Amino acid sequence: MELSRRDLMKAQAAAAAAAAANVALPAEAQNIPLGEELRLKWDKAPCRFCGTGCGVMVGVKDGRVVATHGDMRAEVNRGLNCVKGYFLSKIMYGADRLTQPLMRMRNGRFDKEGALQPVSWDRAFDTMAAHWKKMLREKGPDAVGMFGSGQWTMFEGYAASKLMRAGFRSNNLDPNARHCMASAAVTFIRTFGSDEPMGCYDDFEHADAFVLWGSNMAEMHPILWTRITDRRLSAEHVRIHTLSTYEHRTTDLSDAAVIFKPGSDLAILNYIANHIIRSGAVNREFVERHVNFRLANTDIGYGLRPDHTLELRAQHANDAGVSHPADFDAYAKLVGEYTLDRAHELSGVPKPQLEALARLYADPKTKVMSLWTMGFNQHVRGVWANHMVYNIHLLTGKISEPGNSPFSLTGQPSACGTAREVGCFGHRLPADMQVTNPGHRKLVEEIWKLPPGLLPSKVGFHAVQQDRMLKDGKLNAYWIMCNNNLQTAPNTNNETYPGYRNPANLIVCSDAYPTVTAMAADIVLPTAMWVEKEGAYGNAERRTQFWHQLVDAPGEARSDLWQLMEFSKRFTTDEVWSSEILAKAPEYRGKTLFDVLFRNGQVDAFPLSDLDPAYGNHEAKHFGFYVHKGIWEEYIRCGNGHGHDYAPFDTYHEVRGLRWPVVDGKETRWRYREGYDPYVEKGTGLQFYGNPDKKANLIGAPYEPPAESPDQDYDLWLVTGRVLEHWHSGSMTLRVPELYKAFPGAILFMHPEDAQRRGLRRGQEVRIVSRRGEIRSRVETRGRNRMPRGTVFVPFFDASQLINKVTLDATDPISKQTDFKKCAVKVVAAMAPAGPTPASMPDPRAGLR
Amino acid sequence: MRPRLLMGAMVGATLIAGGTLLAQDAPRLRGPEPFTREQPAPAMQRPVTNDLRVRRNYPDQPPVIPHAIEGYALDLNANKCMSCHARRFTEQSQAPMISVTHYQDREGNTLGGLAPRRYACLACHVPQTEARPLVENRFTDMDALTEPERHPGSRSNR
Repeated sequence: MELSRRDLMKAQAAAAAAAAANVALPAEAQNIPLGEELRLKWDKAPCRFCGTGCGVMVGVKDGRVVATHGDMRAEVNRGLNCVKGYFLSKIMYGADRLTQPLMRMRNGRFDKEGALQPVSWDRAFDTMAAHWKKMLREKGPDAVGMFGSGQWTMFEGYAASKLMRAGFRSNNLDPNARHCMASAAVTFIRTFGSDEPMGCYDDFEHADAFVLWGSNMAEMHPILWTRITDRRLSAEHVRIHTLSTYEHRTTDLSDAAVIFKPGSDLAILNYIANHIIRSGAVNREFVERHVNFRLANTDIGYGLRPDHTLELRAQHANDAGVSHPADFDAYAKLVGEYTLDRAHELSGVPKPQLEALARLYADPKTKVMSLWTMGFNQHVRGVWANHMVYNIHLLTGKISEPGNSPFSLTGQPSACGTAREVGCFGHRLPADMQVTNPGHRKLVEEIWKLPPGLLPSKVGFHAVQQDRMLKDGKLNAYWIMCNNNLQTAPNTNNETYPGYRNPANLIVCSDAYPTVTAMAADIVLPTAMWVEKEGAYGNAERRTQFWHQLVDAPGEARSDLWQLMEFSKRFTTDEVWSSEILAKAPEYRGKTLFDVLFRNGQVDAFPLSDLDPAYGNHEAKHFGFYVHKGIWEEYIRCGNGHGHDYAPFDTYHEVRGLRWPVVDGKETRWRYREGYDPYVEKGTGLQFYGNPDKKANLIGAPYEPPAESPDQDYDLWLVTGRVLEHWHSGSMTLRVPELYKAFPGAILFMHPEDAQRRGLRRGQEVRIVSRRGEIRSRVETRGRNRMPRGTVFVPFFDASQLINKVTLDATDPISKQTDFKKCAVKVVAAMAPAGPTPASMPDPRAGLR
Repeated sequence: MRPRLLMGAMVGATLIAGGTLLAQDAPRLRGPEPFTREQPAPAMQRPVTNDLRVRRNYPDQPPVIPHAIEGYALDLNANKCMSCHARRFTEQSQAPMISVTHYQDREGNTLGGLAPRRYACLACHVPQTEARPLVENRFTDMDALTEPERHPGSRSNR
């Protein structure tokens, strides 16, 4: 009999263990629970961290997550997770979880100078709503703003977009993804007329060569890196070339480590294009049929404040995004200047390495996958860098087919799904639509059942601009959700923190933990995270993945979706819409924003009986309808039939994600290619149908120098970034003891000779000083990152070493994405004898507070 | 040695509900108070090298590395980890053999040696330092929930 056999096994196992340990067990303890007796409930969810989108199996018992592992059935990772993913079980259980709203108070009343004290949700929302209404009344929609997230679920991003654009009539909604992949997103639209990669992760198993442009995948996309190393070690002919400004774990496993001077990747890219042209490797037929040539405006500035010398001096700071029609010869002439000698001179890369790289792309028999993330995107010429890599793939026709794949990686779990597809940028609407396009606004107004002319056409403040406007007192009601921007924005001491503490502003921060940002906010809202709510994420390969709520959030913590919808109840249309709009659409008068945005007959179309009874759903039960399903079915109308098709809601709870466009139940692996993409017309072979002429735009641009380079006073390049064990600002991973103990604090990676020349030793405390600010850290001359002379690296996860006090708020002028990879610093001993700026000198930025 | 600061004291008048903050070297979680203050950097932490196995939080957690790995080659030519943890060397080294899962390729076929997709050991297995956790973690072991009477207070917070 089954039971008795199991009992016997248990007794034997316990006795054996006891015998081995030489102890006698009490009778009742001779009982080792077998797997099925633990009665864990297992469900799928995508990982909470990077843009890879690994599938995770989550084991729940008694309302708690007790185990996680890689999902064997998930196509992305087939049973693997990285170390962060394997520790997902512990991210929700830091003892300092926020469980009730907090508000700055003095003498029982709100006071910006008071201390954070617990209050009710009603009190927090009332205080917020009063300030929002006052600002809308006195200053209009420009004075309210929201900083959202590529970690929002798609439902949350959609609700935020509706509330901000249709409710408050402001496009001052931007995601932290602006800091992360705006350059990639903008270039997709400029080149292909449609955002997100044409290829997918299946390219990993088809490529003959991988070229990593400024991407340390071994640490930042470890599971995708396992697919590359798997391919490299399984097929002898496969090669990996990694371009970087320093050596790291990825270069350790690469065939070529190409170390270039910061910013000179532009010259290398143009040299490769030049090599392709000179060596006759241009795929003429492909270029003639599928490519338009354009040349970009040059001398475009650095996205600094408009009165900065560098902006005043730049010829095209105000029309940086403009490009002009050209032809192949004009483009060939432009890149013709980037000879091997010139590329070598600008980049410092040995010529044989450059030639080998160029041959890889030029060889028609070698399928090349190019990969990039922050090295390209966080770049004052990030859009150009993205263009230049597409240019190479377009010249050779190596695109949109298995293994030939320019592939932009993402850093956040739903940078693609939420920030881009749902449209949480200041300039975007769902499904690639733009706020400046009247036709797009009209379509969205119709789908959202809103009065015509309601949606604002003015592009909202982008991330860095939001900080500047807060400081300047022009943006006054500000809600930060699902990010830690005071730690992760650039030049924070001068450009971010002053706006948070500006007496004219009310700063609200929704988070699960007390982050740096939360501690500087006026109202802190406790937030449900990950599997404490039902969600949907979209990963870097266009794969949309759903999960159910698996456990309850602690205390009074609520999801961002609940917060956004509940807050919308506090406004009536009369308070926030113009009398002009209401006169044209009197039926909307007197209704709450909740009524017009979420009780519109669509979002509330699905009853609670549609819920899967096996799972909780706090939002549905609170609002009385299946919110997520209603949002999904309304949202997908924006893109279905236009190349952005999704499957119906219920499908996604069954499958391990699907890659859009999903047409007739089938996902699309390679876009624009006949036979793979149903939108391509028969007999054409390939169509870049995002653009009206169905061609891609090859846009030529030159090398231009970074905004700030080392000089005599600040003699080192500073590169910032991440480490494997911590994700972004560390608010989750620092609370997992194993991850914290693996990498317990930021350090300064430096070349041993650079340290020696400054009289520094490994482990010594130093000051890292720029023209903006400084931090203290410890010198590391060994370890995982090996710096060339003249360049240092500091990770940004450590809130006690806020390296973004040091960075420069220069952005790509087109994408408005910050360059976190290039500014000038000096490094001196913390206890240095008297020098030009000894540690005891007063803080030169004291006046900024 | 620099005296350790108590995080709770540094947060001062700011009231945060429910959090148990442990003694620590620097405000690594919440930043300096006020934000603009420069913060001394604590000394770098010593690696754990006691070679003691640490219980896993759940079956699929990759075990942490209880020894130093400085200078270990992990490149296209060599994988130092495997010089002890490969099946053929475990008798001399007395190191645990890599898990049998590590012999499976992406398709689920079992191979004779380490699967190439498992080559980058450090993506999942990390060494530990002697740093003390910044904050208690209230993750609960599944065994404690199953048989609470035999695991009093068995919460992983280390």
